[in-house]
Amino acid sequence: MAFQILLNVFLAFCWMFLSNDASAAGFITGFILGMISLFFFRRFLAHPFYLWKIFSIIKLFLIFIRELYLANVSVLKTVLSPKLDIKPGIFAFKTELTKDWEITLLSLLITLTPGTLVMDISDDRTILYIHAMDIEDAEKAIFDIRESFEKAIQEVSR
Amino acid sequence: MIVIAKIAVAILILMGALICLAASFGTLRLPDMYTRSHAASKGSTLGVNMILLGVFFFLWFITGEISAKILLGIFFIFITSPVGGHLICRAAYNSGVKLDERSVQDDYNGIRNFVIKRKEDSYL
Repeated sequence: MAFQILLNVFLAFCWMFLSNDASAAGFITGFILGMISLFFFRRFLAHPFYLWKIFSIIKLFLIFIRELYLANVSVLKTVLSPKLDIKPGIFAFKTELTKDWEITLLSLLITLTPGTLVMDISDDRTILYIHAMDIEDAEKAIFDIRESFEKAIQEVSR
Repeated sequence: MIVIAKIAVAILILMGALICLAASFGTLRLPDMYTRSHAASKGSTLGVNMILLGVFFFLWFITGEISAKILLGIFFIFITSPVGGHLICRAAYNSGVKLDERSVQDDYNGIRNFVIKRKEDSYL
């Protein structure tokens, strides 16, 4: 991905030199033209076209914002309800992610999910120990984490 | 236009302050250390970020200055606050703080073997 962005910047500079236009507008024009040509030459590149990856990063960011909002609403509901009938507990979650930064990002997202908080990661980096505010939602939480977060992170790192 | 901007800024800052207040209620009401950490790490993140966002929009709309420092502050709080909650919880568990008696499940029990055995009359 970094290689493709560098190539695109290089193409933009080529466009600036060709049109003898050393301004930001010239750079942006060259960048867009370079992006189009990279899109058409994408089968010669080692990795998928980098714009899709940028879209998936934006998607991950939107998931992050949504989960933060939902987490706060659920904490508010629990705290401000007159009776505290919660069942806290710690459950283990087996993750499929392998790289360190992916696991860090996943645990950051889990901590900001409604009602879950990462306690520890096992030494072989396969199991996350998660403290849940309400253990009866844990099954649903595991399903949500697998479906939304892991998929989104795998899309970014692919 | 200015009036609308001012109303939006006021709503943002008031919501942030209310969320911070609710998070502090949570740290008072919830039974044990771990559930308190839930309230603290989530509530304060969004509360402080909303206040900062309100200040950012105030500076942008009223004085016309885009303050990148505030955006950086929002970003850093997003990153550091969950990590803080995680580390505090982990340190508490490994130094022997008990879960609340309402807890129904503890998969983490016995994973780390350096749990410090406290005396009965200890403050923990």
